[in-house]
Amino acid sequence: MAEKTYAGVTVNMDDEGYMTDASQWTKEVAAEIAKEDGLDLTDKHFDVLEFIREKVSSGATLTIRAIGKSGHTDIKGFYKLFPGAPLKKATKFAGVPKPSSCV
Amino acid sequence: MSEEKKHPLKKVIIVVAKGAIEDVYAGLVMANGAVMEGIETKLFFTFFGLDAITKKKMNHLHTSTVGNPAMTMPGGIPFPTWLGGIPGIEAAVSSMMRKQMEDLDIPPVDEFIEMIVAGGGELYACKLAVDMFKLKKEDLHDDVIDIITVGDFYEMSDGQQTQIIFT
Repeated sequence: MAEKTYAGVTVNMDDEGYMTDASQWTKEVAAEIAKEDGLDLTDKHFDVLEFIREKVSSGATLTIRAIGKSGHTDIKGFYKLFPGAPLKKATKFAGVPKPSSCV
Repeated sequence: MSEEKKHPLKKVIIVVAKGAIEDVYAGLVMANGAVMEGIETKLFFTFFGLDAITKKKMNHLHTSTVGNPAMTMPGGIPFPTWLGGIPGIEAAVSSMMRKQMEDLDIPPVDEFIEMIVAGGGELYACKLAVDMFKLKKEDLHDDVIDIITVGDFYEMSDGQQTQIIFT
């Protein structure tokens, strides 16, 4: 577990870089974490991140299928927004734990 | 002691050679998982695995209720082979299995394949098996890129950190 400072906020993170306290999340924090990964977040990204935060805080299992059906983006768009490993990246930037689902 | 350098997977080729629900889903889950990790992913369907990309069959896959020693009834009671032979039982078990997967947010085969393709995964069919089953390109899912030989298959498996997985 590590403490890091993003946008003036002290954030608790696990060894893999996932935030352990979702309440420390702000858009500015997300933007700085994403920048470390070489990604500039746009409104479209935040739209998806907000959906992920809502979904996770409601206790539902997060899957890439659910994101594709969310109405915020389709699966192709999701891969474009977060290139490489979309679900891992998006959850990292959304300040929620690493996804525990296999789909 | 020298620190060991990690070499993450760059490419996986997943061979789906069987057509039962669980065999096909094993391949699709692994393929989708690879795509989600940013790994270049190719699926190669051969023999009965072709059912998974045959338009008429893909969403009506079945599981075997006879000769499957791991099969149990709800509650963990062993599933006798003679029961699996009774007409209708296999269809009921297969549809129950599909429903249980749906409950876990695992999509039907056609949608699953679309998810994999949307993430950049590629689908190929085996020429030998296509010829044997007398199938044509138009019988197969529209996203199937090509019908290829085993030689082509090995050619596309080139590169370091590539793995071939046979399900």
